[in-house]
Amino acid sequence: MDEPQITDDLIAAHGLKPDEYARILEIIGRAPSFTELGIFSAMWNEHCSYKSSKKWLRTLPTTGPQVICGPGENAGVVDIGDGQAVVFKMESHNHPSYIEPYQGAATGVGGILRDVFTMGARPIAAMNSLSFGAPDHPKTRQLVHGVVEGIGGYGNAFGVPTVGGEVRFHPAYNGNCLVNAFAAGLADADAIFYSAASGVGMPVVYLGAKTGRDGVGGATMASAEFDDTIEEKRPTVQVGDPFTEKRLMEACLELMQTGAVISIQDMGAAGLTCSAVEMGDKGGLGIRLDLDRVPVREEHMTAYEMMLSESQERMLMVLRPEKEAEAKAVFDKWDLDFAIVGETIAEDRFLILHGNDVKADLPLSKLASSAPEYDRPWDEPLPAPELQDVPQIDPIDGLKGLISSPNHAAKNWVYEQYDHMVMADTVRAPGLGAGVIRVHGTGKLLAFTSDVTPRYVRANPVEGGKQAVAEAYRNLTAVGAVPLATTDNLNFGNPEKPAIMGQFVGAIKGIGEAVAALDMPIVSGNVSLYNETDGSAILPTPTIGAVGLIATEEDIIAGSAQAGMMALLLGPEGSHLGQSALLHEVFNREDGDAPTVDLAAEKAAGDFIRANHAMISACQDLSDGGLALAAFEMAEAAGVGVTLDSGDTPVIFGEDQARYLIAATFDCAETLMIEAGKAGLTIQTVGRFGGDTVRMGRSEAPLSELSALYRSSFGAVFG
Amino acid sequence: MRAAVLVFPGSNCDRDLAVALRGAGAEVTMVWHKDTALPQGTDLVAIPGGFSFGDYLRCGAIAARAPIFDAVRRFAEGGGHVIGICNGFQVLLEAGLLPGALMRNAGLKFICKPLALTVETAESVYTAAYGAGAQVVFPVAHHDGNYQADAETLARIEGEGRVAFRYVDTPNGSANGIAGILSANRRVLGLMPHPERAADPAQGMTDGSALFRALAGAFETA
Repeated sequence: MDEPQITDDLIAAHGLKPDEYARILEIIGRAPSFTELGIFSAMWNEHCSYKSSKKWLRTLPTTGPQVICGPGENAGVVDIGDGQAVVFKMESHNHPSYIEPYQGAATGVGGILRDVFTMGARPIAAMNSLSFGAPDHPKTRQLVHGVVEGIGGYGNAFGVPTVGGEVRFHPAYNGNCLVNAFAAGLADADAIFYSAASGVGMPVVYLGAKTGRDGVGGATMASAEFDDTIEEKRPTVQVGDPFTEKRLMEACLELMQTGAVISIQDMGAAGLTCSAVEMGDKGGLGIRLDLDRVPVREEHMTAYEMMLSESQERMLMVLRPEKEAEAKAVFDKWDLDFAIVGETIAEDRFLILHGNDVKADLPLSKLASSAPEYDRPWDEPLPAPELQDVPQIDPIDGLKGLISSPNHAAKNWVYEQYDHMVMADTVRAPGLGAGVIRVHGTGKLLAFTSDVTPRYVRANPVEGGKQAVAEAYRNLTAVGAVPLATTDNLNFGNPEKPAIMGQFVGAIKGIGEAVAALDMPIVSGNVSLYNETDGSAILPTPTIGAVGLIATEEDIIAGSAQAGMMALLLGPEGSHLGQSALLHEVFNREDGDAPTVDLAAEKAAGDFIRANHAMISACQDLSDGGLALAAFEMAEAAGVGVTLDSGDTPVIFGEDQARYLIAATFDCAETLMIEAGKAGLTIQTVGRFGGDTVRMGRSEAPLSELSALYRSSFGAVFG
Repeated sequence: MRAAVLVFPGSNCDRDLAVALRGAGAEVTMVWHKDTALPQGTDLVAIPGGFSFGDYLRCGAIAARAPIFDAVRRFAEGGGHVIGICNGFQVLLEAGLLPGALMRNAGLKFICKPLALTVETAESVYTAAYGAGAQVVFPVAHHDGNYQADAETLARIEGEGRVAFRYVDTPNGSANGIAGILSANRRVLGLMPHPERAADPAQGMTDGSALFRALAGAFETA
């Protein structure tokens, strides 16, 4: 079949700028073929090349004694002792989820699971951070239903417990929802599989599902803003098949046991192109692919389509030739395709053959390493708008305003659609703070959280970036975990706009400072830019996914508040109302600066909680909604009333950082105060648990009434 | 007790079930769906939850016709004990070893949460330890758990005391709130809730342990 002529329009349609095309001409010394143009476009789009963000990502701390493998592979690998490792990453599937919510979200989950088991780890936990437009925006309801069902439809069938996540609403996401999917897996630390090919003449094997035309050009689509042609982009969304993914995982893990695998890479964005180039480039080798051998599910597919297809549930592997029969037997057992489609070659070439024709012949290392890299101009963010007067509010009215909003109401409607108990090791279900699972067959536990407060990041990118990490640190701490490491999913608008780039640069600075101070290095991540529709950008949303280790079952803080227990506040009294949940939900205002984050104070408070966990019955970090919301949530979860002595608006709704609410018996409270004194930390009694009402200052309401409001409000809007 | 846990492609509670059975003292063999015989001396066949064959036709339909299933059918017809949980219950219905069908949940959504159940009969090895009328909490996790049967069948299984578990608050539209039923010989149990997810203090629920202990105890001398 003849390939189309390369024209300026065709180049532009591939998302390549004129100077980028000039660079291609310079590298190959001739005009590219159509297939070659597609390959360059796939490798050089923002999604795959990180061309706008690379310069700044390099500044992030990524190392530490616990880190076995940092960014650059399919997922990060962190030591959890006893020869075991946790392998994790978070990745966005924003654009596809907006176009086709069920499949977009489902394949987001599928992609991140594949990143984890490609490295030899069995997935053991998943989370999702979801950001939607205003609850009353006409598109929001359909997106919420589709995305939540898609996540459940894929994760539940695959069989991984979804143990945490976030769901937020803000008009800035009206035209671009965010779906950030996290997965973590468990592996033996000495049996991690990487993507670098080695050895010349080694067979390149295609594994898994057949290739179709779905998702052709998906990564390029995800690297552009949306406009009114969005409906035309539906064919760029892939279709997920969790049943095949489950078999692919079982087959891959079984295959890895045989010693047949030299290197392995999943086919995600830009499919066969990206996976093959990655394996060759990391191994310093060339790759020859014979597309006539690629298993296809549609007839007459062109080389261009095969190279750019994003059909799901596929892997590429470099195989030890002597193990071919053994490897094929594993895939036959699971009824999956296994086809040798090429080999590693010594020359630096990416050679694509199809039907006796050479469809592409490119210098492989240049495809990977010569991708453009930009130092985009950026503006120092404008100072946050000054905080206007905040009137005192009746504390119960304020609390009701929070817990009746979809942002702060209970999210059972969401979490009950996810299987959060499969694998039978879930110790703490999603809903409040970090999810906790047991490391199967051991006394160790792992805690997972995902956090960011986008309003803070917009008001103050540096402090907002720090705060996202600090909140993750606190959520892990509140269950007794030692934070180990972090994955970041950086969702921003169009990086070609200096104001957006300024947000990005600031957030990275804040995140970098925080992960360094709190010793939770970034080990994996993903950048999603161009989250704009018709020129309007999302709130800057650098989602932080973090993992913590609880060394023994004795170290977990998993109890609940009980009648007669004291409510202690670790950290200073509340005062900061700028950008708070109260302002946003109750007063419909977004003024003021983000709270400042004192990283040394965060560290000290976290260390104090862990050191004194045995005296703490229940613990919760203070974040959105301050003391009032934390105390209500703790009481509601325990089914016991609570009295807070103060009803003062800044004291109970302020969102100052480095603070925890603790429930403890009177005797333990005494000891905690003495220990806090020794550590130089502020701690005070702010109330007590008991009765069947929630009382703050002089205002009160029955717990049952508030609980009903809290539990029904989300479903009332979306059910 | 020698238990055989069936494994289909797409099963995902097979390990969980094996762990719960082993925890109760059973000797467990995992049996691949392409096998054609059960291990010698099998006392119990356990069909796990999950999405066998992706649930792409009807839930459990393909698994009920897998090569291993002729052996399971002969085992059940010979008076053998079979438990099917969640997808396993769906498989038992598709295989005709239990009557009725499981439809999509009435609310159309997947539901995962712990639920209170009433034990309706003590007359089975699975439920004797609880006693009739006892209340237990097991989690459910399903999209297709809405039990339905024609009026005659419902009347028969109710009349014969073959409803093993009933939801206190029916989450999915099941007829008569049925969560699990027994075969006529009371040796085949199918249920949607997951006792294997409530069999360990770390899971926060332990009501399921008694079921597995009772099973293991019943075959101790066999």
